[in-house]
Amino acid sequence: MVQVDAKILENREIGSQRYKMALSAPQIGRQAKPGQFIHVRVSKSFPPLLRRPFSVHRVQGQKIEILYKVMGKGTEILSRKKGGEYLDILGPLGKGYQLPSATSKISDIILVAGGTGVASLLFLAESISVANPELSILVLIGAKNREELLSEGDFRRLGCGVEVATENGTKGYKGLVSELLEKCLPLSGDKPKLIVFACGPSEMLKMIGKISRKHRFPCQVSLEERLACGVGACLGCVVKAKGSTYTYKRVCKDGPVFDAGELIWE
Amino acid sequence: MMRKAKEKPPNLAIELAGISLKNPVMVASGTFGYGEEYAQLVDLNRLGAIVAKTITLKPRLGNEPPRMVETASGVLNSIGLQNVGIDAFINEKLPFFREYDVPLIVSIAGETTDEYVQLAKTLQGEKITGLELNLSCPNIKYDRKLMFAQDAQATHQVVSRVRKATSLPLMVKLSPNVTDIASIAKMCEEAGADGVSLINTFTGMAIDIENRKPILHQITGGLSGPAIKPIALRMVYEVHKTVKIPIIGIGGIMTAGDALEFIIAGAKAVAIGTGNFVDSLTSIKVIDGIREYMVKNKIKDIKSIVGSLKCPKS
Ligand SMILES: Cc1cc2nc3c(=O)[nH]c(=O)nc-3n(C[C@H](O)[C@H](O)[C@H](O)COP(=O)(O)OP(=O)(O)OC[C@H]3O[C@@H](n4cnc5c(N)ncnc54)[C@H](O)[C@@H]3O)c2cc1C
Ligand SMILES: Cc1cc2nc3c(=O)[nH]c(=O)nc-3n(C[C@H](O)[C@H](O)[C@H](O)COP(=O)(O)O)c2cc1C
Ligand code: FES
Repeated sequence: MVQVDAKILENREIGSQRYKMALSAPQIGRQAKPGQFIHVRVSKSFPPLLRRPFSVHRVQGQKIEILYKVMGKGTEILSRKKGGEYLDILGPLGKGYQLPSATSKISDIILVAGGTGVASLLFLAESISVANPELSILVLIGAKNREELLSEGDFRRLGCGVEVATENGTKGYKGLVSELLEKCLPLSGDKPKLIVFACGPSEMLKMIGKISRKHRFPCQVSLEERLACGVGACLGCVVKAKGSTYTYKRVCKDGPVFDAGELIWE
Repeated sequence: MMRKAKEKPPNLAIELAGISLKNPVMVASGTFGYGEEYAQLVDLNRLGAIVAKTITLKPRLGNEPPRMVETASGVLNSIGLQNVGIDAFINEKLPFFREYDVPLIVSIAGETTDEYVQLAKTLQGEKITGLELNLSCPNIKYDRKLMFAQDAQATHQVVSRVRKATSLPLMVKLSPNVTDIASIAKMCEEAGADGVSLINTFTGMAIDIENRKPILHQITGGLSGPAIKPIALRMVYEVHKTVKIPIIGIGGIMTAGDALEFIIAGAKAVAIGTGNFVDSLTSIKVIDGIREYMVKNKIKDIKSIVGSLKCPKS
């Protein structure tokens, strides 16, 4: 974990209000694991006062990438940054996805991405395909419409199978990506070999959590909450998790990736 | 030829309630965890002191989320004193500090006076530098309607009873949610406190207009950050006119300039809260910035400018 002023190499619009930013951050690149994030100070003045978190989307040598959507003032300021400027970033932070071990019986992996949820899952797909090239990865990408689908080509280039779902039916399955997941599940006998990783809006993750309970397969979800410190100190970012009654876990430190089964969805 | 005498570096060290600090810059309770969370980013040994997250007798789960929201140059929080409880604090969190050479001030809170006394007694034999009584958390329900720091009599009672129970340096953290903070500070002094920390957060709220719902689950929360600095500064100024015990100035400090304002207004030390979230190195930058200011203005000793405010004669 380091806090550095990283040089922006590129900040490119890849779709309406969606950007990819590449930063020179060798230390963070070396340490980062899929599912971890960087905490970005978008401006030295305020507001916005607090940093904004973004998943590590890709690591290539000295370079790390984030993929983000303009949501409010923080991401709007970020979108106006130019190559050559410097950005104060802190990371890598949080606990990422737990990759299946080489000895596990897992043979099928499904990644489910909603919206900018593709950001952390591409890094995951890359890591899995390097570490366990024999595993087959199916990626399900969901969005409101065809224009908002992200990263399809990147996943295909890695050799992943890709299916898409759009809410208005302009491409692929018409409906929610969680419904598409249920349709894509292998026959029940094969479920012990399956693991699902999901990242996207909380409603989507909640539904996928439900499906994983019903069909009894392991499932890891990456949550989003408003963060302040990002390092586990302020206890501002908690979600409810199972305990003797219940307990609170920090999205920034105990997560953002959790086993769907350990969370209490409300 | 006369050799130019090398300028002695300015002296930032202070004595606070019997504690020797390398410099007057501390980190505030609840914003720096138990130290370990920031240890990879901040050289803890450089800090004046660390005030740990408030602990209570029993572990507390804290409030339902959402617990935090950003407002104009501020943050509203309603953590609700989530903490591991005194036993786990002593067994699991304290050992971490053995490797560091930094004063540790432990913040404690109870729902009753007896609980404060019990906490102070439990910590008496431990390797810690001092105690801070948090009488001012806006996010928990007390037996009584008011928080301790909103009631001069209750403040006097809890401070004097804890004073009898401990020989550790004793600071008291005050609430800004009062009409006359100086009179509460005076009570602390009379009851035997060694110092007062001011301020804790201001009660505030934020509303989601689309759903017409409060954003925080607890409806209200405590406001911190640059938004509160001018008010915190005025309170330090008022309290400094009223008490002789040292003041720790807290509220929206982001830069060395902010910290110096507090020191000139009368704070012997300052603590950084929300500033740690914005830049993990805020405390270190504030220390370096104070030193630069002293060199530039030929101030040899930081103590010489505490409360040095020059007001126009009326
Ligand atoms: C671990 C983690 C990883 C993330 N990775 C990515 C990523 O890779 N790409 C990406 O695009 N985004 C990612 N996000 C989300 C991203 O951090 C936010 O979209 C961003 O902080 C918004 O900042 P802003 O200042 O633009 O918006 P703001 O002005 O802060 O908010 C815009 C609007 O969204 C609402 N809002 C903001 N946060 C929340 C919330 N948590 N819950 C409900 N409403 C909210 C606000 O009320 C407001 O209406 C991630 C979040 C986390 C916690
Ligand atoms: C997330 C958060 C948690 C806090 N928790 C505590 C606490 O446990 N005990 C306490 O005495 N003060 C607590 N505070 C108050 C701070 O110590 C400080 O008094 C206040 O935030 C004002 O300073 P600032 O503007 O620099 O943050 C907390 C503040 C924040 C933002
Ligand atoms: S953001 Fe501070 S604990 Fe998670």
